[in-house]
Amino acid sequence: METQRQVEEYGARLERSAFTPLSRISGRYTLFLMGLLAVVGFGVYAYLQQWDQGLLVTGMRDRISWGLYVVMFVFFIGISMAGTLISAILRIANAEWRLPITRMAEFVTFAALLIAPLFILLDMGQPTRLANLLTYGRWQSPLLWDVFGLTTYLIGSAIYLYLALIPDMALCRDSEHMKNHPFRWLFKALAIEWHGTEAQHRTLHHVLKVVMIGIIPVAVSMHTVTSWIFAMTLREPWDSAMYPAFFVAGALYSGVGVLIIVMAVLRKVFHLEEYFTLKHFKNLGYMLAAFSLLVMFFNVSEYVTAGFKLKGDVAEYLHNMFLGTLAPYYWTYALGGMVLPALIIAVPAARRIGVIVLAAVLANIGMWIERYLIVVGGLSLPLQPYEMATYSPTWVEWSLMAAGMAAFALLIAVIAKFVPVVAVWEMVAHSREKPESVTSHEASEKPKVKSRPRLPSSIAPAFPPAEGTK
Amino acid sequence: MSEENTKHKLQHGISRRGFIKLAGAGALGLTAASQGLRIISAKASAEQKPASPTGGRVRQWAVVINLRRCDGCQSQGTAPQCAQACIDGRFVAEPMQWLEVYEHEQHGGGSFFAPTLCMQCQNPPCVNVCPVAATWSTPEGIVLIDQRRCIGCRLCMAACPFERRFFLWGNPPRPPETALVQYSPTHQIGAKKGTVMKCDFCTDITAAGRLPYCAQACPSHAIYWADMEEDLATNGEEVKKLSVFLADNEAYRMKEELGTKPRVYYLPGHGQDVGRSAFAKGLKEVHWSWGQEGNGVKSWKRSGR
Repeated sequence: METQRQVEEYGARLERSAFTPLSRISGRYTLFLMGLLAVVGFGVYAYLQQWDQGLLVTGMRDRISWGLYVVMFVFFIGISMAGTLISAILRIANAEWRLPITRMAEFVTFAALLIAPLFILLDMGQPTRLANLLTYGRWQSPLLWDVFGLTTYLIGSAIYLYLALIPDMALCRDSEHMKNHPFRWLFKALAIEWHGTEAQHRTLHHVLKVVMIGIIPVAVSMHTVTSWIFAMTLREPWDSAMYPAFFVAGALYSGVGVLIIVMAVLRKVFHLEEYFTLKHFKNLGYMLAAFSLLVMFFNVSEYVTAGFKLKGDVAEYLHNMFLGTLAPYYWTYALGGMVLPALIIAVPAARRIGVIVLAAVLANIGMWIERYLIVVGGLSLPLQPYEMATYSPTWVEWSLMAAGMAAFALLIAVIAKFVPVVAVWEMVAHSREKPESVTSHEASEKPKVKSRPRLPSSIAPAFPPAEGTK
Repeated sequence: MSEENTKHKLQHGISRRGFIKLAGAGALGLTAASQGLRIISAKASAEQKPASPTGGRVRQWAVVINLRRCDGCQSQGTAPQCAQACIDGRFVAEPMQWLEVYEHEQHGGGSFFAPTLCMQCQNPPCVNVCPVAATWSTPEGIVLIDQRRCIGCRLCMAACPFERRFFLWGNPPRPPETALVQYSPTHQIGAKKGTVMKCDFCTDITAAGRLPYCAQACPSHAIYWADMEEDLATNGEEVKKLSVFLADNEAYRMKEELGTKPRVYYLPGHGQDVGRSAFAKGLKEVHWSWGQEGNGVKSWKRSGR
C-alpha cells in the first residue's frame, strides 16, 4: 500500500521535526535567549529606578495619568485572543487546516496572559500592596472584574493548552528522539499515564470539547471587562457602550496578526515549512483582512455618530485626533494599520508569505497605536478650562515596554523548547483518517527533503527549508 | 435637600443592621459579602466621629462660592489666596493644587474665575471605581482617601470628571513642623509616594469650629462654608440661610448633567462687584514656598500645561 507507507512516513517525519528542537539547543538559540535576557535585564534596571524614585521617572503626570504601561496591558490582552480564536473557534468550526497551528496559537495566548498583568504591576504606585486587591477587594470596581477575568482566562487557557498536550507528552515520553532528554521524567509526569487507549481518547475529546466551548465566552468577557476599565468612567471619548465590541474586534485583529508573525518565525527557526504552508498564511491573511474590516466598521460607527452631533467636548477631541497633535498617530493607524493590510491581502498577486507577514506587522503596529490613542488620547481631553495635555514617555517606560516584548518572545522561545510547537498526535490522527491530505502535497516536497544527506544535528538543522513552500 | 440626607442616613442604618442580621443567621451570600466590604471600608472613616450639631443629626458639609466676588485676586496683585492658603495650610506638595482657580470663557467675551476644589460628589465616580475601598464617602458627605491602603492604580483619577485628584509621582517633601503629626485620612500628612491625594474639605479643622483655609484666606469673602443639615452658610463675615441663599442666587453645580451630585455650589457672576473688568486676564501663579525651605527636598514639575 503506497498510501499507507506515505502516511507512516509522514508520521515519522513529523515526529522527527517536532521533537528535534526539543532535544537540541543550538548556539544561535542560546545567543537569541541571551539577547532577550539582556533586554529584560535592562528592563529590570529601569524598574529599579522606578522602584526607588516612584513613577516620577515616567512621563506620566496628573493630567495624563496612564501611559505606555496601560497601553501595553491592553495590547497584550488583545494578543491573547489569538489562541482562543484559532484554536477554539476553528476547532468548533472543524476547520481542518487549523491543525498545525492550534498549539502555537495557544502558546501565544498563554504567554500574552502571563505578560499582560505585569504591566498593571509596573503601573501601580504601590506594587507591594498588590494583595490589597484580595484582602480589601471591592467587586464593584472594574479593576476587580479584570482581576477575576484575567485569572479565569489564564487558568482556562493553561488547562486548554495542557489538555491538548497530554498525548504529545506521552509521545515525548516514548519517542526514540527523546530517549536521552534530561527532562524525560517531566514529560512522563505530564503525560499522566496516557497510553492512547480508546477510552482515554474518548474522555480527552469530551473534555476538550467542554473546555473549548467554555473558553470562548471567557475570552470575550476578558476583552469586555478590559474595555470597561475605560468605559465605566465619565470621560467623553471612553463613555461608550460600543467599547466592549470594539475591544473584541481589535483583539481578534491583533491576535491573528501576532499569530501570523509567530508562525513565520517558528517556521523559519524550527524548519516547519512542510506544516506551516502558504495555505495557512493565506487563510490567516483572509481572517486578518476580515477583522480589519470589522475594526474599520467600529471606527466609522464611533466617529460618525459622535462627530455628527458634536456633543460636549467631542468637537475638540475629534479635531485633535484628526487634525491636531494626535493626527499623525491616528492616520498612521487608520491608513497604515487598518486599511493597508486589508488592501494588501485583497490583491491576489500579493498573497505570498512575506507580504502577508508584512500585513500582519502593519496591523499590529496600527493596533498598538490605536491602544495608545485610546489611553493617552482619551486622557488628553481637558476636563477643566485648560489646553490639551501632552505626554511623552521616558526611557524607563520605553525600556520596560521593550522588556515586556522581549519577555513575551522569551516565553514563546522557552515553551517551544519544552513542548512540540505542532500538535503531533492530532496531525498524525488526521493523516490516518484522511491519507489524501498528506499524500497530495507530499509528492512535491518529500523527495527534496529525503535527498539531502543528514548532517550531524550540531552542525546543520535536521530539516533544511524546502524551497517548494516559499 | 433634607430628603437626600434622610435617604443617606436610612441607607446607612439599614445596611448595617442588615449585615448584623445576616451575619447572625450565618448567611454568607453575596449581599453579606458586599456589606462586609462596605464595613471594612467604613472602618477607616470611624477614626473620626461624624460631626453632629445635636444628638443623632449628622452635619452635611458643603461649600458655596460666590463668583460675583471672585476676581482671581487680581485686585490684590497676588496669586489666588484661596489656592495659596490651601497649599500652605495643608502642606500640599508641588505641583498639586487641590484648589485651583480656573479662568472660564464668558458668554459674549471676557472671562470669569472659578475656584475649583474637590466637588465632594454624593454619587462619587472615584469611590465607585476604587478596587480596594481606599477612598470612601463619610457620613458627612465628604470623600476621603486612605493613603495607607491605596495601591496607586489611578483608576479614580481617570474616573474623576473634574480632574481634582492628584498623584504622588515622587516622594513628597515632609515639612519639619509636621514631624510629630500622625497620619490620618482627614489631613493626609505623611502620605507616601505612589498614592492619590485630593482636597479633603479641611474637616479636621472645621470640626473644631474654624473655616477651611480657602474660606479663611479669601480677601473678598467669596467662599462660604455650609452645613446643609442646619441650613446655614458662612464666610466668616456673614451668616446666610443656605437654602434661600442658593435659590435667590440661582446657584449651580459644575457638570450637573453627569449626575455626580457635587457638594460645591457656584453663584454665577463675573467679578464686577469688586471692580474687575470682565475682559481683564491674568492670574498670578501660586508657589510652594513651604517645600523649598526644607533642604534636599525633591520636587517635580507639572507636565501638559
